[in-house]
Amino acid sequence: MKLDKSLVVMLGLLVAIFAASPWIPQWILFIITLAGANGLVVLGLMLFMRLGLVSFGQALFFCAGAYTTGMLSLLLKVSDIILLMVASGIIAGLLAYLLGFLLAKYRAIFFGLLSLAFSMILYGVLVKSETLGSTDGFTVSGLTILGLVPDPTQMKIVLFGITIIVVMASLLFVNMVLKSPRGLLLTAIRDNEIRAEYMGASAKSTIHLIYVIAGVLSGFGGAIAAMVSGHIDPNMTFWTTSGEFVFIAILGGIGSVSAPFIGALIFGVIQTIAYGYSPNTWQMTIGICLIAVILVLPDGLWSLMAKMRKNSRV
Amino acid sequence: MSKIILTAHNLNKSFGAVTAASEINVDVAEGSCIGLIGTNGAGKTTFVNMITGYLKPDTGVITFNGVDITSLPPRKITQLGICRSFQIPQLYNTMTALENLEVSFGIIALQESKGALTTSSKAIIPSYGKTIRELALESIEKYGLLQYKDQATKILPGGVRKVLDIAMAMSTRPKILFLDEPTSGVSAEEKFDMMDMIMQVIRDAGTTVLFVEHDMEVVMRYSQRVLAFYEGKIIADDHPDIALKDDRVLKYIVGHSQAQHVLAEKSDA
Amino acid sequence: MSNLLIVLIDGINYAAWLFISAVGLTLIYGVMRVLNVAHASFYAFGCYVAVTLAGFWFSHNYPPHLSFFALFGASFVAGFIVGWILERFLLRYQYAKDEVVILLITYAVFLILDDVLKLIWGVDPYYASDPYELLGNFSVGEMIYPNYYLLMVGAALILGLGLTYMLKMTRSGKLLVSVIHDREISSAMGINVGRFFSLTFSFGCALAAIAGGITTPTISVVPGLGVDVIVLSFAVVVTGGLGSLPGTALAAIIMGVVRSFCVHYVPQLELFVIFSVMALVLVFRPRGLFSLAEARKI
Repeated sequence: MKLDKSLVVMLGLLVAIFAASPWIPQWILFIITLAGANGLVVLGLMLFMRLGLVSFGQALFFCAGAYTTGMLSLLLKVSDIILLMVASGIIAGLLAYLLGFLLAKYRAIFFGLLSLAFSMILYGVLVKSETLGSTDGFTVSGLTILGLVPDPTQMKIVLFGITIIVVMASLLFVNMVLKSPRGLLLTAIRDNEIRAEYMGASAKSTIHLIYVIAGVLSGFGGAIAAMVSGHIDPNMTFWTTSGEFVFIAILGGIGSVSAPFIGALIFGVIQTIAYGYSPNTWQMTIGICLIAVILVLPDGLWSLMAKMRKNSRV
Repeated sequence: MSKIILTAHNLNKSFGAVTAASEINVDVAEGSCIGLIGTNGAGKTTFVNMITGYLKPDTGVITFNGVDITSLPPRKITQLGICRSFQIPQLYNTMTALENLEVSFGIIALQESKGALTTSSKAIIPSYGKTIRELALESIEKYGLLQYKDQATKILPGGVRKVLDIAMAMSTRPKILFLDEPTSGVSAEEKFDMMDMIMQVIRDAGTTVLFVEHDMEVVMRYSQRVLAFYEGKIIADDHPDIALKDDRVLKYIVGHSQAQHVLAEKSDA
Repeated sequence: MSNLLIVLIDGINYAAWLFISAVGLTLIYGVMRVLNVAHASFYAFGCYVAVTLAGFWFSHNYPPHLSFFALFGASFVAGFIVGWILERFLLRYQYAKDEVVILLITYAVFLILDDVLKLIWGVDPYYASDPYELLGNFSVGEMIYPNYYLLMVGAALILGLGLTYMLKMTRSGKLLVSVIHDREISSAMGINVGRFFSLTFSFGCALAAIAGGITTPTISVVPGLGVDVIVLSFAVVVTGGLGSLPGTALAAIIMGVVRSFCVHYVPQLELFVIFSVMALVLVFRPRGLFSLAEARKI
């Protein structure tokens, strides 16, 4: 499988950061790890955007992954981070598989809004759940790896390492999908779904498959976020969280598989700076950035989005 | 000697008060070339849409090689071997001509590998014996699209888009191909060149062809059989020499004007 | 059964509120195909304007019963002006873009306005319960309800019927319906589509603001109250069918009553219920209860 130059550079960069991790300050490690988690979710969003769809409820799977990690840790006393990650991915993927049957029937704005609805349904359920701490959520602690119990600092580095590995694996996997005939089919469905169907493809099955892949990736992301921040709450599935993911997707663009992670990193930096500077205006900063990206970046952003609309007016 | 491969039996379709198809009965023999003529709203496109799965007939049965395809969606019907081109070319507008064909062969590759996640663009499609790219390039050459291969389809001229549309439909190696007004929007000088080329490719492949046309010269030249539609019914089903002289066909479809009449006579001579 | 009556009364009141809050959103979408996420900010803006004016009004001892006109009027006007500015200087240039892109732009505007409100009014809560208490109560059986309920329902009815009348009976209304169906053809017919867009957007924002204004006396005005409203309005509007006035009304009624039912018997399910209704409706009617006609593609 041939790799783009940009992908090779990205992978190289990740390996380099991995190697340098013992010397990187904790707070930077935290930002990068979180960027990795968010990036995974946005990688899934990117696949949707290739299809011409925007999921406004991807936070559902992010949250599902986080809560799986949290609940397994809290209730079943599972503490191995690899086990937690895998379980989160599986549960999120399963959820995506089930919801996909319904969601794959919708397009354009309705796909987005229905996915939003489901994420808010989860929010409603979690907020009312007293065992899970309602709006306060709960904390995750006491993590182990392969039977070893590192101290908190070492744990952060281990988590960082695991994140890098998962990110690299995801990059390679999604790259493989995009370079395959299926990758081209995604764009074809976006451009002209009727034609694709007439050529023998099933838009529904393709969307369902992507939904599951995105779900698993988001699950991993949620698990990582839960473990690195130590905290889980229903806000992880609130629509504003989904909005942040969409923002990162726009910021990064869909040009390459590395874009979501670059976008996530930039977002993490902006968020930290803006929030630190003035907690009451950081939303505004994001808003201004979003408008700026949409209006100014000739990223092919709207030529991409314009093709999302399948009814042509002419 | 030719086997009947497609039968439409007693098809009826109404949209509210409008009867788009009324008691349509057609048998299509393998290898034949049939022209579908009729005024606008006569039911030609409805007929094509029903066979290719876009519409479901109110009553009636359609069988293809013994299989009942009446209720199947377009995608399944394509997989079974019936494909169509479109009156307004349906292309993937952000991609190049070559990529449009690569997608088409790519879909076949995915089908043959049963949708495996690891299907690669470089692999050989088993029943075609070549890679996706090879097949796409082959098509480009076969249909005379070489100079357009790396251009985005949305900037291509109308005639080229039409040919590409047909080339894509042919990529599925259909047993039956429906062409929806292949020469509409194509200039008078080019239309015969285009049709000559396309019909040659189609004949070489042994594909059965049905084409909807308003241009009687094209119908005369390429079809061996004409189905004339009027108000949802088939009013003539015969060799073009005979069908185009039929009273009702002349009255309702070809037109009373001397020019049309002369055309029919000229081709006859 | 009096339990049922209680549920119904609460349900109708909530439905009225849902309708008032959502109608501006569906109007803008119906005419312009713009899903205005900033609707939330205008609602909040209306609340803040109303609460500020209420404070001013009552501290100066102006006639209390006229406060309603002042409050609602001020919210409406404020919303209209800001909406007009937004359309004129930003949105106007984006109409050629895809629906989803425009949605993201209005989302960005929402983020910005939400913080702007925080900068202007701060983060402390405001109250303006005088108008609420002013109206007194009415009773149904043993239960006592605030007359404000009646005002809510009345406002919803006036709004709904007024808009319907306007769309169906007035000349501008009919032109608007034409624009709703096809912007290009309307323009070709000589209708000043740009002006309709500008007016519609401003009006829609004004409606959001007045919804906030009407609600203000019943709540405490805090930052972020737009956020909860927007998802509910979305749910109502999408369930009813984007762009459909009767759809929004019907959806509001269904959701109001169902939610009221659930809150009385199974309080856990409140937020869950509204979105479940939405999801359920979308499963059976993918475009909502009533939807605008769509032309066939091939």
